[in-house]
Amino acid sequence: MTRIKEGWEAVIGLEVHAQLKTRSKLFSSCPVAGGSTADLSPNTFVDAITAALPGTLPVPNGEAIRLATRLGLALGCTIDRRSQFARKHYFYPDSPKGYQISQYDRPICAGGGLAIASKFVRLTRIHLEEDAGKTIHDARRPESRVDLNRAGVALVEIVSEPDLASSDEAVAYLKELHRLVVWLGVSDGNMEEGNFRCDANVSVRRVGDPKLGTRTEIKNVNSFRFVGLAIDAEIVRQINVLDGGGAIVQETRGWDEASGTTRSLRSKEDAHDYRYFPDPDLLVLDVSDAVYDGERTTLPELPAARERRYREALGLTAYDAEVLTQTRLRSDWFEALLSHVDDPKTAANWIVNDLLGALAKRGQDLSAPDDARGPLAPATLGALLAGLKGGALSSRMVKDGLAAALAHGPGFDVAAWIGQHGGQVSDSAALIAAIDPILAANASQVAEYLSGKDKVFGFFVGQAMKAMKGKAAPEELQRVLRERLDGLREKG
Amino acid sequence: MSADERRTYDIDVVHVARLARLALDPAHAAAMQGDLEKILAFVAELSEVDVSDVPPTTHPLPFQLPLRDDVAGEPLTPEARDALLAGAPSHDGEAFIVPKVVG
Repeated sequence: MTRIKEGWEAVIGLEVHAQLKTRSKLFSSCPVAGGSTADLSPNTFVDAITAALPGTLPVPNGEAIRLATRLGLALGCTIDRRSQFARKHYFYPDSPKGYQISQYDRPICAGGGLAIASKFVRLTRIHLEEDAGKTIHDARRPESRVDLNRAGVALVEIVSEPDLASSDEAVAYLKELHRLVVWLGVSDGNMEEGNFRCDANVSVRRVGDPKLGTRTEIKNVNSFRFVGLAIDAEIVRQINVLDGGGAIVQETRGWDEASGTTRSLRSKEDAHDYRYFPDPDLLVLDVSDAVYDGERTTLPELPAARERRYREALGLTAYDAEVLTQTRLRSDWFEALLSHVDDPKTAANWIVNDLLGALAKRGQDLSAPDDARGPLAPATLGALLAGLKGGALSSRMVKDGLAAALAHGPGFDVAAWIGQHGGQVSDSAALIAAIDPILAANASQVAEYLSGKDKVFGFFVGQAMKAMKGKAAPEELQRVLRERLDGLREKG
Repeated sequence: MSADERRTYDIDVVHVARLARLALDPAHAAAMQGDLEKILAFVAELSEVDVSDVPPTTHPLPFQLPLRDDVAGEPLTPEARDALLAGAPSHDGEAFIVPKVVG
């Protein structure tokens, strides 16, 4: 992050729009386009309600209410059991009704918050609302095109208090919130597809000034990195304006990637006069006991709690704990592995240092632990690690076993593989039979070793291991190798 | 009714008309200003009733808001999309065409 100029401080609040994971839209059975909406034919995911045809009536999607309740409970919000939908009026071609159905003075969730490393970030509210369509501007054409595929899709808007003081804190908060919504299954959180996007409210003031400065709003930045860059650029711009005796205008600004700056999109003069009122088409939204209690009692262990437990109870490093709780699947896979392995640190090391990289190379990631079609069953790695612990397998062979399992895919017979390849050789005669030809064939390296260059010892270990196809018991191999080399010294 | 109370029900007809994109000529706006002030003052009389013990009514009907199961219908067929687009003043066969809103 750019350091904030001495004597100034920034005050930042974030508004995050997360697309709820529903099959149909917020107020109609119109299907929600899965995957990348860019590939879809425009205006095909539209029905009479999405297109705001006369005589239609919105009926809320129960699943969207459930997901919003789930998120609110996970964030410690108060769930308003009788919240209300309101119309937010503005004219824009991608909003066919001339208003957006949102929530105003009775949002479904109030309060709550989310802890990041440096502080607890309070939330103001979470409310339900429908997405707008997409307006496509082409600089070469005199008009714009409107695609309503996205219009009416269920969103939650998660509004934080202005508790953040730097772009680093803002990005940390966003990442933590993103991990949580995906973990809970509330949203896919795919930023490229726009189903997790962020507006940042930024103001600056002189340190010690109790009054908040005038804020600007940076709209719709869709990557963590750009949010950080945009906030830094905006802080610098505002301080420069104020230092130069100017004033900040309350306005909406956009992030311009090419120049690395924010630029004014529109002033807020009339824009904030949305003339909200309760939507007469919709009654009070009751969150039923069944939904409320159902979500409260089935809330899973949350990622931050799991990460802490991994560090404190299992003794994992902070890095391993973070990597293993990045996604729920990954973490659940690790948990399943623990039922086969009694050493969590070793299990974590193998996942973080070997398995994830090997999977990434194959364009894969861990699946649900009980997914029979997943790339690797936890029991497979469990069996390999048991072989390692019992002495039947060397580390090298565990790696080979993992590679074989991944190459084979689902249904890999690990017991057969261990039976075929396992069994470390620690018999001295067998080791000597492998070692002696290597020493004979590498006289110059032997000479180096004898002259005191101990580094070359590793070369011999590697060669011998290779000759024995990784099956040598490592400690025994090293012991015998020293013995043979020292034997040469005495002869020499 | 004192001037202070009256102020709560002020309305700026020209401002509201601009927000709603209504073209009002000045004479019409002046007449509406008078009419709406009268209507609002009439409604304002309701505020004289003490309702501190009455729970707010958000809807006149004592119904629960029905919710829908998350079951998705089908996307539009090409023919259905043609029909949808045909209702717009302008389209290009795939998208609605509107006057440029951003430069």
